[in-house]
Amino acid sequence: MKLITAIIQPHRLDAVHEALSAMHVNGLTVTEVSGYGAQKGHSEIYRGAEYNIAFRPKVRIDVVVTEDDTDATIDTIIAAAHTGKIGDGKVWVTEVSEIVRVRTGERGVAAV
Amino acid sequence: MPAADLAWLLAAFALVSLMFPGLAMFYGGMLGTKNILNMLMMVMSSLAVTSVLYVLYGYSMVSGNSWGGLGIIGDPLEFFGLQTFVTDLETGGAEGLYWAAFFILFAAITIAIVASGAAGRMKFGAWILFSALWLTLVYFPLAHQVFTFSDPESGYVGGWLRNVIELHDFAGGTAVHMNAGVAALALAMVLGKRKSAAHRPHNLPMVVLGAGILWFGWYGFNGGSAAGANFLAQYVVLTSLLAGSAGIIGFCLIEKIRNGKATTLGMASGAIAGLVGITPSADAVDPIGALLVGIASGAVVCLALTWKTKLGIDDTLDAFAVHGVGGVVGVICVVLFADSAAPAGITGILFGGNLDIVWRELVAITVTCTYSFVMTYAIAWGLNKTIGLRVSEEDEYAGLDVTLHAETAYVSERV
Repeated sequence: MKLITAIIQPHRLDAVHEALSAMHVNGLTVTEVSGYGAQKGHSEIYRGAEYNIAFRPKVRIDVVVTEDDTDATIDTIIAAAHTGKIGDGKVWVTEVSEIVRVRTGERGVAAV
Repeated sequence: MPAADLAWLLAAFALVSLMFPGLAMFYGGMLGTKNILNMLMMVMSSLAVTSVLYVLYGYSMVSGNSWGGLGIIGDPLEFFGLQTFVTDLETGGAEGLYWAAFFILFAAITIAIVASGAAGRMKFGAWILFSALWLTLVYFPLAHQVFTFSDPESGYVGGWLRNVIELHDFAGGTAVHMNAGVAALALAMVLGKRKSAAHRPHNLPMVVLGAGILWFGWYGFNGGSAAGANFLAQYVVLTSLLAGSAGIIGFCLIEKIRNGKATTLGMASGAIAGLVGITPSADAVDPIGALLVGIASGAVVCLALTWKTKLGIDDTLDAFAVHGVGGVVGVICVVLFADSAAPAGITGILFGGNLDIVWRELVAITVTCTYSFVMTYAIAWGLNKTIGLRVSEEDEYAGLDVTLHAETAYVSERV
């Protein structure tokens, strides 16, 4: 089992969500986060004074999948989140050793 | 028609009273999220302090018969407790107590503007004490000197700037705006810069709503200064609207040229700058003149905003640029292009008016700004040496809302 974490442009969230639903990924967690990568921050001007805003708003998606679904899920997220411009984000994968469904107590792949 | 006059004046009073939450929102939205409640407290507390002082001796110092006939300050004991106004004189119109109420709002909004220079770093108790001293020693004398007309018939002697120098200031460009702007600068200089990095304005929609409410109140401020339901009241309501609107154009044009973009904060600031400019000139310029007042005030204020950065002074919300410089621009506009056909009947020097007006207005500007700066600096310096003005460094970093008032403006906990 793998935890796939994706940091994407906020305006791509709907597209990623639709694409994952279509491939029957049954649940995901979304958080509003801020940060920067190659895009760096940006500047804003208030009454002639420039403010450097280091962190940009991004959306983080966390989704747990089985080994078999890992590559397809990554490909789907990337296809849906891709705009080709700096700031599109990143996807990374973490090994998950155990999962338990709270309602039933099921463990492992059955709980995914 | 005293009753019609009174009806408009009571409405104008209500409009002006809304300027307080308006100013609080205008300033609060420009600060970060941790100091907004403190700013609301400083602005609204101006009413609490001013009302008490005005009943005790403020009305006397402003509107009382000039002490020694000098035109410097009203006799501070003449109207103690406003007792003389309790009896109905049955004029059917506005009596002394109405003007006491209206002028309390003028005094309070002036000290409320000064609060902006102290944003994010001043102890609340020190602010209350400072406002009481400042009203007593700076506002009351200047208001007496600028606002009160002598009346030879009754033997009443008013302020020297109004009656000896004969300045033209319709509704308070000097005693209210220049005075507040310069005082905010002096207070900011004594306080020093904020320790923490300046935050972006946290809520620009709130700033725009605040500016809109201020604008709404301004019709009462200038319109009520017409002292009745008359031609002058209609006149100044129109010129105020035109100057606020043109202020947006002046400010945003300079922004567009200098920074590449017209901004929301610039739009709101430009409107206020235009209104500041028209306050002394509302009855002296014609409609085209009012548009020029607005454009000039907006543009000059926008250019003046960068001075504080160059001088290293943390006049936090730019009261000096907006109210000090904006007020000076408004008075200079009277000198330049007052229209003799307007109610004030002054001819600007560009239209061949008498050069006399130049020195009269320059004296008024110089006296107001110098007196305000020196006295405010002295009061703030004295308080800083004795009780201390600034909060501790830790409190400043933590934000004044939680450290001074034990509250948080925005609660984001979800559980």
